[in-house]
Amino acid sequence: MSDGPGEDFATYDERRDDADGTFEENRSQVFERLPETAADREVEGRPSREAVVDFWADRFGVPPETFDGYTFWEKGAGKLWAYAGDAPDAIDVEALGMVFLRVRQDHWKPTTDAVQRFARDASENVVLLDDEQAKRFVAGEDQDLKWDGDWGYLVVSHDLAGAVEPLGVGLYLYGELRSQVPKGRKRDID
Amino acid sequence: MVLERYDPLVDDAAAFRAACDRPLPSVVRVNTVKTTVERAMRALDEDGHGYERADWLPELLRLDSDSPGTSWPYFHGWLYGQEEVSALPALVCDPQPGERVLDPCAAPGSKTTQLAAMMDDTGTLVANDNNLGRLSALRSNAERCGVTNLVVTNQDARNLSLKPFTPAGSDEQPRFDRALVDVPCSCEGTIRKNPDAHDDWSLGHVQQIAGIQREILRRAVRTTRPGGTVVYSTCTFAPEENEAVLDAVLAEESCELVAFDVPLDTRPGVTDWKGEEYDPSVELAQRVWPHLNDTGGFFCAKLEVTA
Repeated sequence: MSDGPGEDFATYDERRDDADGTFEENRSQVFERLPETAADREVEGRPSREAVVDFWADRFGVPPETFDGYTFWEKGAGKLWAYAGDAPDAIDVEALGMVFLRVRQDHWKPTTDAVQRFARDASENVVLLDDEQAKRFVAGEDQDLKWDGDWGYLVVSHDLAGAVEPLGVGLYLYGELRSQVPKGRKRDID
Repeated sequence: MVLERYDPLVDDAAAFRAACDRPLPSVVRVNTVKTTVERAMRALDEDGHGYERADWLPELLRLDSDSPGTSWPYFHGWLYGQEEVSALPALVCDPQPGERVLDPCAAPGSKTTQLAAMMDDTGTLVANDNNLGRLSALRSNAERCGVTNLVVTNQDARNLSLKPFTPAGSDEQPRFDRALVDVPCSCEGTIRKNPDAHDDWSLGHVQQIAGIQREILRRAVRTTRPGGTVVYSTCTFAPEENEAVLDAVLAEESCELVAFDVPLDTRPGVTDWKGEEYDPSVELAQRVWPHLNDTGGFFCAKLEVTA
């Protein structure tokens, strides 16, 4: 991901972290397992498991072993699920594990719940907010922020009960941190 | 008056009625998929929320305030608002890491997420509900709790199909190690939480829902492996929805009731009611009357599948 103006950041806003993921095009009605590597790919545009693990490691420094024991699935175009149990391929159910990543767009976007679950050990592109900033972030507000790192999707964290805890995903552009907390997860913290 | 109906079944009708009139505190269960009880308590302390830990289940915290939803630990999915006594059936079900577990009437997910935590978020937990709107609540609750061992299905639990779990070209229908059958019920025991819970009560409704409960329990027994455990629970007092359902299913399916210990004061299931006599083993079921532990009302039975 590049930093600085010049890139068309409009692509970031195309798809929101919606709760029901209603995408029109190219939608699969069943859960299809991601290929292990790009060489195993049978469905156009579907990323491999390897590429997904690499994404979390390269972008956020999440150790690859975080995902040991998980299988990755696609249902609906570009909506990836991480699942810890057993299931046959092409399983036709409502949900399988948790939605954890949006792909098939220029900039892959982790979900709020995935960042909370898997990005505790994230070491890169993590922005730490103070309490006031954190409250604004989970209320869904955008805010000015000084940040010297990459633009794009960041893991947004704060200190809680003696450790750093990820809150969710923010989009950093032009000196502003845009909250990506989905509507149903926004809260006005006391 | 609905409660009068049960006076003959309780040891202290006045205490029973008085308890039903008292509101219940707001209770949360710490979600150990995402944190520890110690860190959740520390987060509540830092936020200035007062609480008291339940002695019978360390994950349960009784809050001083009514708004856990606007606290940091709630936002992080560390807490789940849940009526205290409803944490009982998952404890009785006792799912183990790596097992296959069925929750056929799962939404909105308090017991489902508790089962997932007890399984260390491993194995396979199938959570079903017939209502799509409630299913959406279940999904967002499970994701907030960080649960990843969950399969969500939208079926009628009375004829739950195992076909989605059958690999293509195979006839194998993998049965479950355990099931937690927390059926829809007349909810009489939630009167302390919902003061209008008895407004629409009718014997006809009780009898109708009992028929559904019986079919749901039958199907759960059939989809559980021999030697596996099925827990049946309701939040209602009516024997028609409790012991009578067990009595019917014992006669129809290959299962038996087994004894179990719980860390609460309970009373045995009743064997006769309104002229009906039930299988004597329904005494092994346990009734939680509101005045015994100062909780909501509850009913819980443990069955073992025999074939």
